[in-house]
Amino acid sequence: MSVAARPQLSHLRALESEAIHVMREVAAEFERPVLLFSGGKDSIVLLRLAEKAFRPAPFPFPLMHVDTGHNFPEVIEFRDRRVAELGERLIVASVQESIDSGRAVEEKGPRASRNRLQTVTLLDAIAQHGFDAAFGGARRDEERARAKERVFSFRDEFGQWDPKSQRPELWNLYNGRIHKGENVRVFPLSNWTELDVWEYIDSEQLEVPSIYFAHEREVFSRDGMLYAWRDGTELIDGEKVFNETVRYRTVGDMSCTGGVRSQAQTLEEVVLEIAATRITERGETRADDRVSEAAMEDRKKAGYF
Amino acid sequence: MTLDLLRFTTAGSVDDGKSTLIGRLLYDSKQVLDDQLEHVALASERRGGEGTLDLALLTDGLRAEREQGITIDVAYRYFATAKRRFIIADCPGHHQYTRNMVTGASTADVSVVLLDARRGVLEQSKRHAFISALLGIPHMIVAINKMDLVDYSQERFEELVEEFEGFAAKLSRGPGKLSAGSEQASPRPEMTYIPISALNGDNVVERSELMPWYDGPAHPVLLDVLEQVDVAYDHPYDRPARFPVQWVIRPSGGIGVNGNGSSSDYRGYSGQLASGALRLGEEVAVLPGGGRSRIAAIDTYDGELEEAMAPMSLTLRLEDELDISRGEMICRPEEVPVVAQEIEADICWMDEKPLRAGSRYLVKHTSRSAMAVVDEIGEIVDVHTLERDAPPLELALNDIARVRLRTSAPLVFDPYTSNRRTGSFILIDESSNRTVGAGMITDAT
Repeated sequence: MSVAARPQLSHLRALESEAIHVMREVAAEFERPVLLFSGGKDSIVLLRLAEKAFRPAPFPFPLMHVDTGHNFPEVIEFRDRRVAELGERLIVASVQESIDSGRAVEEKGPRASRNRLQTVTLLDAIAQHGFDAAFGGARRDEERARAKERVFSFRDEFGQWDPKSQRPELWNLYNGRIHKGENVRVFPLSNWTELDVWEYIDSEQLEVPSIYFAHEREVFSRDGMLYAWRDGTELIDGEKVFNETVRYRTVGDMSCTGGVRSQAQTLEEVVLEIAATRITERGETRADDRVSEAAMEDRKKAGYF
Repeated sequence: MTLDLLRFTTAGSVDDGKSTLIGRLLYDSKQVLDDQLEHVALASERRGGEGTLDLALLTDGLRAEREQGITIDVAYRYFATAKRRFIIADCPGHHQYTRNMVTGASTADVSVVLLDARRGVLEQSKRHAFISALLGIPHMIVAINKMDLVDYSQERFEELVEEFEGFAAKLSRGPGKLSAGSEQASPRPEMTYIPISALNGDNVVERSELMPWYDGPAHPVLLDVLEQVDVAYDHPYDRPARFPVQWVIRPSGGIGVNGNGSSSDYRGYSGQLASGALRLGEEVAVLPGGGRSRIAAIDTYDGELEEAMAPMSLTLRLEDELDISRGEMICRPEEVPVVAQEIEADICWMDEKPLRAGSRYLVKHTSRSAMAVVDEIGEIVDVHTLERDAPPLELALNDIARVRLRTSAPLVFDPYTSNRRTGSFILIDESSNRTVGAGMITDAT
């Protein structure tokens, strides 16, 4: 192996180093961590950071996906391929099973979403496997409640976040002490922005699911967003299905994640588009955050990521 | 090497214009996106600000904060210019949230202290300046705000600079030392004074035409300073190398690694270089054990390096088989840190349950944890007057005082004034698991 020249540290490499430090702290201080992998861009970055933190050894934790059953098929296919490449273990926690067993109740109507139900499945899986720490790809630039959240976000035995009494978090000293039944959500990408994530994916040449690039798809327009049409989608009066060239800025449920009109077909083109965008990713693509001024804060208090 | 990532802290309450200043920085550097702006416009109207845009609403995130019009907890904000990426730790300024101000200051390279040009140097600005200095932030920008309300007066600006300079002369002193010996004075931060109007954008991002007396390269606007000041990691060769071992990589078979031989005999010590630089082949000492070896390889996922510098995360392999575990410190034998079990530190107390002499806590320092007993409480800082007072019986929430601690295992440290990463610790209450104290080591006793 060739020996590299004198290192230069860009802000991206500084953020990378900080995230690797966080991951190793978790591995060293928790009994049973887990990394939540959705197949989305942020968790794709988390997997690369885990490789950087722990190779040549295997990851000291399994991966877990909370599968709503409404995911884009391209993302599920990508998820399984990436996990196989890494040779790591994936646990799939199924929202459908939570519904079938009566733990969660499906919402009804054309605007039904499984977004809220994910929390039930996630908390059940954390309890069932005895996980005491869970890595997530959330970033503080995403949303106002997240801007306040710690890197180590303490959750009580009901999985709840209490924004008014968070543990002070100083320097790079993280307090991971918990009692049995409690857990900590850990966000190594806290200080990254959406643009950082794409620049990192580009610089590392990481593969991402095809839906992040411009493609033609059957969509319908609702509340100013373009949703993917699939079998079984209930349309409201006047809504029509049409073909449009779109890409996705976030990967969530098909039922609540909107596409954006785009021609970006390569990583470089996506980076350029994000650098020039005038709308936040959640504002543009996530119906779940539009419910109220404090939609995310309320969901996090209930145990959401 | 220049790191193009700068962390700075702001503190204050709503009425001194702090949130407006941050809103202005984000807005003028075009980091506020259309849906956020729409959100702010709607919220401004709901609160009765007809037609105006209340930029302060960009920053307060929690429901209770928006309802009460105050900042309760630290919020982190991000923006970038062509020169640098910035992380703002936006802190509350009120006395009851001192611990949150300490939290935000702990990682900052610069603190932006706000003064209201009409009201002068108030307690809150003094507290923020004091905490910034105590937390070792090397640069302080005193932004004298609301110049529009004093007719952009040069005389008023100079009057306030003089007044603040008088106060700043006291900034290098923390609480008094408990044991005999010379006090290691914390260096006074480098000061810059800038007259601004956050509301109108004068001298924030754009130079103001209304203050022609503040001009030329010696009088930079706020963003210029933020883009140009040094950050902590800028001079790795001037600082001793400190590598706290976080994690030992010892694969038990399975996945191999390119060029490192079979993975079964691989043993690497992982961590983040806290300061300084390390080179391949260099002799190293391992503390507190005292073992010696040479660096056989500096591994990263992207290949081996000849040299590494803070704040890189990496994995070291050594020539000799030493039994090194998490919590040990790798450094150069000719520039070793202090190893001690009895230390003196400035503590900011962060819990409702008071600290008393004789109490036991878990101490977390670099990658090391130990038990600690409080042997003695020393002089306390009155955070209203910033004067030192006689040792109290106990420390209440938000109190800052000198404390003497004994630990169950040796700590490997530098004084906080010379190294923020290896001189800092937190205290954890073992029954509640809460983070109850933030400590800055002044010396061994």
